[in-house]
Amino acid sequence: MEKVVLLGDEAVALAAIQAGLTAAYSYPGTPASEIMEFLIRNSGNGQKYTAKWCVNEKVACEEALGVSFAGKRALVSFKHVGLNVAADPFINSAITGANGGLVVVVADDPGMHSSQDEQDSRYYADFARILCLEPASHQEAYNMTREAFDLSEKFRIPVMIRLVTRLAHSRSSVETAAPREQNRDLPYGTWQDWTLLPGNARRRFRILLDRQKDLLEYSENTGYNQLVLNHAGGRLGVVVSGIAYNYFKEVAAALPAEPSHLKVSTYPFPVSKLRRLVEQVDEILVIEEGYPFIERFLRGVTGIPGKVIRGKMDGSLPATGELTPDLVARALGLPERAGLKTGEFKLAARPPQLCAGCPHADTYKALNEAIKDFPRPVVFSDIGCYTLGALPPYNAIQTCVCMGASVSMAKGGAEAGIHPSVAVIGDSTFAHSGITPLLDAAHSNTAMTVIILDNGTVAMTGTQPSFGTGEPLDRLVAGLGIDRNHLRVIVPLPRNHQENVKVIKEELSHNGLSVIIARRECVQIIGEKKRS
Amino acid sequence: MKYDIILAGVGGQGILSIAFVIDNAALEEGLFFKQAEVHGMSQRGGAVQSHLRLADGHIYSDLIPLGQADMILSVEPLETLRYFEYLKPDGAVVSSSTPYTNISDYPVLEEVFREIKKAPVHVLIDSEKLAREAGSVRAQNMVMLGAASRFLPLKEDSLKKYIQVLFEKRGAQVVQTNLRAFDLGRQAARA
Repeated sequence: MEKVVLLGDEAVALAAIQAGLTAAYSYPGTPASEIMEFLIRNSGNGQKYTAKWCVNEKVACEEALGVSFAGKRALVSFKHVGLNVAADPFINSAITGANGGLVVVVADDPGMHSSQDEQDSRYYADFARILCLEPASHQEAYNMTREAFDLSEKFRIPVMIRLVTRLAHSRSSVETAAPREQNRDLPYGTWQDWTLLPGNARRRFRILLDRQKDLLEYSENTGYNQLVLNHAGGRLGVVVSGIAYNYFKEVAAALPAEPSHLKVSTYPFPVSKLRRLVEQVDEILVIEEGYPFIERFLRGVTGIPGKVIRGKMDGSLPATGELTPDLVARALGLPERAGLKTGEFKLAARPPQLCAGCPHADTYKALNEAIKDFPRPVVFSDIGCYTLGALPPYNAIQTCVCMGASVSMAKGGAEAGIHPSVAVIGDSTFAHSGITPLLDAAHSNTAMTVIILDNGTVAMTGTQPSFGTGEPLDRLVAGLGIDRNHLRVIVPLPRNHQENVKVIKEELSHNGLSVIIARRECVQIIGEKKRS
Repeated sequence: MKYDIILAGVGGQGILSIAFVIDNAALEEGLFFKQAEVHGMSQRGGAVQSHLRLADGHIYSDLIPLGQADMILSVEPLETLRYFEYLKPDGAVVSSSTPYTNISDYPVLEEVFREIKKAPVHVLIDSEKLAREAGSVRAQNMVMLGAASRFLPLKEDSLKKYIQVLFEKRGAQVVQTNLRAFDLGRQAARA
């Protein structure tokens, strides 16, 4: 056994390598990016596996599915909203089933540190009817990922690992186990299982449903779900899942006696253990990071006669945001222990901002000037550093919804009478989900202007490679059927300001589809090149 | 033994480098640690913090409860104040006095200092001046680590060893600059 210092994300990645990984796929997104970063960084170390950034999460998930079909072990990882993009292959992979071990790692972002929602991926695992493992610690992240591959091959289903930001981005030491070889002897998947014609799909879905009792049995017996009954701990029982367990253990030490509790780390959750806890107590507090998933099942429609259930649904814990040890302490009735106060002093906020010299800043300045004389212009934007254009001093954009939505929303907006209707999207976001709506707009030559901010990288998540940048991007856009006269390339620099304003004005006035590519390399990339 | 530290600064100031050195020094000295970081959006010039916990036994929570931090170690004075409620009543504040003014409503600096001085144990360090003296204005994080080393339950040698490890890829000169920055910070905290 070796002890290594790892982020939670990296513990998952190392476990996958040592579980005999053949291939891993991902699209960058906080807080999941460091899984693939680690896999790529270590792929030269005598380990023969494939580790690739993909054009988007759906593609990543499908590539992993192909690996599983081939009888090899595959990992696919992304942030929670990435699973929305990959939902189609994800849900259907539960129907085809896994051949080689297929592990889907989803990193949720409660508190929305770097996200547009705080959806809870446990619902997706439940929806797909697969097994979900939720580690509480770095060591569990490592151990569970190792085991997830075995479980996937045993039950012949994909297995989800659910991480949350605090574990994904926390660093601690992990003890590793001896590495396992890659799969060699598994045959390919059989066509009757993997061709989801209705007849096959109905049979496969039946098999998935019949499998549920095995998943539940696993959950009842695994050591990850610990039931601790403490008769000295009073009439309160605590159900605690994932990293909430850490906060509970941290603060419960201050209680006269530790309450009886059930640590839930696998889903479907262990129903018998939950019943045994409930029978022992009068009051149940459910503490979970994310949505009140277990709590809602436990309450049902009518509650449990004679028992009080507390959690996120009755306000004992906040329904939104991230848990903290202090919130858990309060729910357990412990006094607050706030430290020094800054009193009357007003703390100025320091939101993130575009870097000094960022090309997006120059594009926004030019766009703002070009658009200012129109009475009711709208700039639809997208996911990336340039979303910071919503804040002062730019105040340049009015929307940010999901990957690629700028282009589709600009088309819908234009068709509802908005003029000028502008989309602003980064090069990588365009490759991820902007191509298809632009093809749509080209088909009807909608009067709108798409500005592709080509800085050559996925900057916000740590400068991963982009798939649609430079001259190939120009050809790609032209190939979608954009009129060459209205496909313009500008260089966003202060000295080009007047010229760029002129180009943007011309295209805003065009009664048809225009694409302006604003191309200048990200200053972070320039910095990295200098340092290396 | 347990020792909880809030590391604070502005994205790009290198607080994760401070964390790297402390994490590895702690591990070398047989301690347990957990360190929660901020990645992603806020790294772009926004407020960043890291909860760093050291102990001689198992650590459960990745986050430090309010009122329980033994130290706030901050590379920027306004950022020091942002986490005051995490500090124990007798906790130590080790703060840079060099403001990072990338916002238009930055408060009057004297008022920021006045607030910091309300902490019973506080050390204010001119990290910019000392980092320049060491050879690079970018070494302010190591100046602050040096100042904090007066209080940390870690040996000076273990910390210096991992400063070496952290910077050795960038050459001997960068290592020397950062070790010098550490020494100057450490001396300043005694004065």
